[in-house]
Amino acid sequence: MFWITGLFNSLAFAAVLFLLAAGFSLIFGLMRVANLTHGAFFMLGGYLATSAIGAGFWVAVLAAGVGCALLGGLVQHLLVQRLAGRELAQVLGTLGLSFIVADQCLLIWSGDPIPLAAPGFLQGAARLGVFAFPLYRLFLIVVAALIAISLWLVVERTTLGAKIRAAVDDREMARATGIPVSRLFTVVFCLGSALAGIGGALAAPILSVYPGLDTEMLPLALLVVILGGIGSLAGALIGSVLIGIIYIFGQILLPDLSYVILFLPMVVVLAVRPEGLLGRQAA
Amino acid sequence: MLNRRQVLAGAAALAGTQFAMPAFAQNAPIRIGMLSVKSGALATGGRQMEDGFQLFLKERGNTIAGRPVEFIVADTGGQPALAKTRAQELVQRSNVHMIVGPVAAFEALAINDYLAEAQVPFICSSAAAEDLTQRKLNPWFVRTSSTSAQPCHPLGEYAAKELGYKKVITIADDFAFGQEQTAGFQRVFEANGGSIANKLWAPLNAADYGSYISQISGVDAVFAAFSGANGLRFLRQYNEYGLKGQIPVISAMTTVDEGVLHTMGDEALGIISAGWYSAGLDTPHNNSFVEQLRKVTGVDPGFYSVGAYSAGLALEAALKTVGGKAEDKQGLITALKKAEVVNDPRGPWKFDRYGNPVENIYIRKVERKGDRLVNTVIKTYDQVSQFWTYPPERFLAEPVYSRSNPTKI
Repeated sequence: MFWITGLFNSLAFAAVLFLLAAGFSLIFGLMRVANLTHGAFFMLGGYLATSAIGAGFWVAVLAAGVGCALLGGLVQHLLVQRLAGRELAQVLGTLGLSFIVADQCLLIWSGDPIPLAAPGFLQGAARLGVFAFPLYRLFLIVVAALIAISLWLVVERTTLGAKIRAAVDDREMARATGIPVSRLFTVVFCLGSALAGIGGALAAPILSVYPGLDTEMLPLALLVVILGGIGSLAGALIGSVLIGIIYIFGQILLPDLSYVILFLPMVVVLAVRPEGLLGRQAA
Repeated sequence: MLNRRQVLAGAAALAGTQFAMPAFAQNAPIRIGMLSVKSGALATGGRQMEDGFQLFLKERGNTIAGRPVEFIVADTGGQPALAKTRAQELVQRSNVHMIVGPVAAFEALAINDYLAEAQVPFICSSAAAEDLTQRKLNPWFVRTSSTSAQPCHPLGEYAAKELGYKKVITIADDFAFGQEQTAGFQRVFEANGGSIANKLWAPLNAADYGSYISQISGVDAVFAAFSGANGLRFLRQYNEYGLKGQIPVISAMTTVDEGVLHTMGDEALGIISAGWYSAGLDTPHNNSFVEQLRKVTGVDPGFYSVGAYSAGLALEAALKTVGGKAEDKQGLITALKKAEVVNDPRGPWKFDRYGNPVENIYIRKVERKGDRLVNTVIKTYDQVSQFWTYPPERFLAEPVYSRSNPTKI
């Protein structure tokens, strides 16, 4: 009973992690930019959703995605692009921006935690014998799986995906073959930010939205990406599930060590396989 | 570089101001420094604290004991190191006569030694760390909230005697505040024949309580001690797992504090908690306080606002005693410790000899009144001390409350 419920919770949490980390991983893989605004986008998505919830849950999630995509595009265009090739400047720039976004959220939505209501038909729990599984979490797992499949299809089966993969593998060569790499960067940055926003919105019924959510989630995204391998969707998926399981069971079984346990696999992976479980050797 | 002549001139000038002080002291402002938090996760508490104190000042036309007040707010960002820097700035640069605040216990602990050394009256309006008024006394320190466990002691008795609970699981934020609240509840609950089946600790930044909730079964009730957004999240998830209505939740003050209660929904209904305040108290002082603050914030005031407002009331009583002479720090702190506050929204209270309030503790139940949730008072424990019914010496001889079991007295 304990193990099954724990596993279920791990998967639900992994779903949130995947939505967060997939975008981060895509952006990092393609552009070599560690976008530290990503956690702030996640929180912003949650806040946007709480403001748009009046128009319905789906509209709220969509609003979060679109809002973050637009903002992501702006950030890429106005900040990240101008700092191309200067990694430290990009890290500091996006980190500074995340503080600004976070404090703007505080200004607009105040510091009170804001819950988001799940759609009526997803409230309550599904009962299976002695087990109780909250419906919304089941839904979250399904949605994350669907998004993972769609992303995989886009990356593996479309021309856009082929271009992205080409640019991830060898940016210069891709550019030389006529792939508009700069525009691709903007598209991927928007897509990644949208995923973060949608993730924040979908997580809000469980986590609610509050100041500090950004800085709680960002390290987890980093962990997932480092563990799974940079730029790899499958890596982000596996990383999310692993971190989800370690996080949930670590907290229950060894609450004193939950953080250590979280970072331990990262240390091992970095020592044995620095490119991550499914990452490719840097070109 | 300064030469000797300049130093002498400076010293003379300083001496001059010293002599001049008494002459215009009556008109010079009383400078009150507040350590607040304006950004980050603790900013809500900071804002509520400022709201409470600003209301106090506004009601008095910014004048205490015949002297105007200069109110200086410093932002600690919720970081202990910065809290210390800001405290030093307030004392050394702004020359404040006393410090009110801060939001978090770890901030209070970070500045306590400095303020003791600098001999600045420290009116702590929220931080509840037990030892600040127990085993690590600073003679310049008084507190206007309570210790962590002060409201949880009566709750332990109430749960065992009146609710008839025999077996309880506790769940709390895994940091000093949650640990002390839980241990206080446990000591008194067990002393009244109850038993604790299990104690669950969730990291302060736990995203998900599902796995803790799935460990809850076979008990009469759950005791929950959370702060900030965590209470909201826990209760929502508790409801999600279908446990609400099966196993009742009883809680520490902050889990369903008015500061966060207005963001909650039906998941909070029926929760019984213990605290030193409720916005639902029907007294003239409280009705006017709630009405005034609702005009500013739109929601019911809670823990932080009342704590800061009370700090103002205690300060006012003390300043009146010393004739407004805020410069007389020794006189002021002595008068503060003797202050008896009768016009407080929470009801009357006074300091014990350790600088902590002896005050009413209310057993409250979350109910829906009109469009909002309120903590309706269902029982009052009159004038409860931080030591509950134990003799202070016996209480203090035991180690401070912690994560591990409280000792039996």
